Amino acid sequence: MSEQEQQRARRSSEEAAVEADAVEVDAAARESVEITDELLDEIDSVLEENAEEMVKNYVQKGGE
Amino acid sequence: MATVIGTETEFGISIRNSPDFNPALASGLVINCYRGEGTRVQWSYEEESPGRDLRGFGVDTSGDYDSGVVNVVLGNGARLYVDHAHPEYSGPECADALSAALYDKAGEFVMAEAAANAGLLVRPGEIVSIYKNNSDNKGNSYGAHENYLISRLIPFGQIVDYLTGFLVSRQPLTGAGKLGSENERPEATYQITQRADFFEERVGLETTLKRPIINTRDEPHGDAEKYRRLHVIIGDATLSEVQTFVKLGTTALFLAALEDGFFPEALELEDPVTACWQVSHDLDMTRSYALVDGSSMTALQMQNRYYEWLAKYAEQTTDNPVTEQVLVEWRGLLDDLEVDPSRTADRLDWVAKRSLMEAYVDRGAAWDDPRLAVINLQYHDVASDKSLFRKLQDRGRIRRLFTDDQVRAAAAQPPEDTRAYFRGRCVTKYGEKVVAANWDSLVFDASETHLKRVPMMEPLLGTKELVSELIDTSDTVQELLQGLGGH
Repeated sequence: MSEQEQQRARRSSEEAAVEADAVEVDAAARESVEITDELLDEIDSVLEENAEEMVKNYVQKGGE
Repeated sequence: MATVIGTETEFGISIRNSPDFNPALASGLVINCYRGEGTRVQWSYEEESPGRDLRGFGVDTSGDYDSGVVNVVLGNGARLYVDHAHPEYSGPECADALSAALYDKAGEFVMAEAAANAGLLVRPGEIVSIYKNNSDNKGNSYGAHENYLISRLIPFGQIVDYLTGFLVSRQPLTGAGKLGSENERPEATYQITQRADFFEERVGLETTLKRPIINTRDEPHGDAEKYRRLHVIIGDATLSEVQTFVKLGTTALFLAALEDGFFPEALELEDPVTACWQVSHDLDMTRSYALVDGSSMTALQMQNRYYEWLAKYAEQTTDNPVTEQVLVEWRGLLDDLEVDPSRTADRLDWVAKRSLMEAYVDRGAAWDDPRLAVINLQYHDVASDKSLFRKLQDRGRIRRLFTDDQVRAAAAQPPEDTRAYFRGRCVTKYGEKVVAANWDSLVFDASETHLKRVPMMEPLLGTKELVSELIDTSDTVQELLQGLGGH
């Protein structure tokens, strides 16, 4: 391998390492914001029933 | 000048299954049901003139102000009352953004308690709900206002020139998120803020019609020679503690720098009224807005520029740890919004609420699914067993700044470093002997024949340091008044 090729190989492996780090960080970030089925079940269980009626009847007077 | 900050929130109210629901009466019921420390008083308008205008010309509003009869001053120095057709909590004056964010959160606790108690008094089957939001999604908006005490030396035109771009571009940091659009703005599936659609003017006195980006109401509730109270009406009511803190902290820091003439230039938007709703509708935050100097910037670019200036300003002028914390949180949010907005789901209401809706959409729901409309509303319910925000927070999905114990304590005890301390302590200790109150005075029932008014024109006096000993050692109002130098 020429010196130039060696440099290129080293650079690409460094880049790959940086990219892998970035992917890891992204995955961690996604995990912290992902809404799991379990959480969604919990949300479902507290969502008001008769959704359409509830939203339709929510009318406020302007304020301030 | 040290800033004094306070927030006022009008909450949405409903009583489901009530055929004769009347929002004003329902609001009165809820306020009357709050059983925490507090005293019902006459709210005196003697020194107030809500129609006075920062630009120097007044509007006669005599007879226009119906404060209602329901008016409570709380032991924490806040005012709890009925404003038009909404229950409103006006938090006590606070000396920094962290304290102001805590007392804003305490308002949710107060409303949740009041609503739960009211729920015991309504007819079987009726359900009382209180929401900390700003729109009913049918074209009606109600406010969440921020108040900043600033020096009267800042020319008003400068406030308009400099602050407008800041308020318009800060919306990705201040939005609570909303399904759809209102007020005849272009259609949107989801947008960043609840309020942006309703802003139609650059500057004005109105708050209910043709809402302006810069509101000119001028009631300093203090020495009018020295102070203005800047009344910022463009923000959303936020549930996230970090978000409320950043909203108040960055704006207070901005105003301090403006007062010191620190900004090298104003980032003046060519058309701020249009940019206002466009920023809110631009979920990717990639749109650029024309500035009057011919250049153009995205909202985040503008916020980054403000950050650079204000970080430098803070470095040169203060070593206040709260300011440090504001800058750290602000920087973190700007960086995360730039890379991927979903990273801010632990701090920004509009992102957290959207993540819930997206979870339903990912599982096959359409964006017009009624469940999404319920999420849009129920995220903001103040009842802890109903609040979807609270569900996320309890699961550790929302980062907190305060503990529940701190919030509960703040609902009962005043901040120690403003005149709210004097107000809150007097209300708690002397109860019905406080017969009338205002932000800048208390009226005591001093004897069988006399009422005595105690003015509090300086928001940073009446602090724990200055008055706690006197209150501790005065068992009666007479002793208190004597100690204050009254007769």
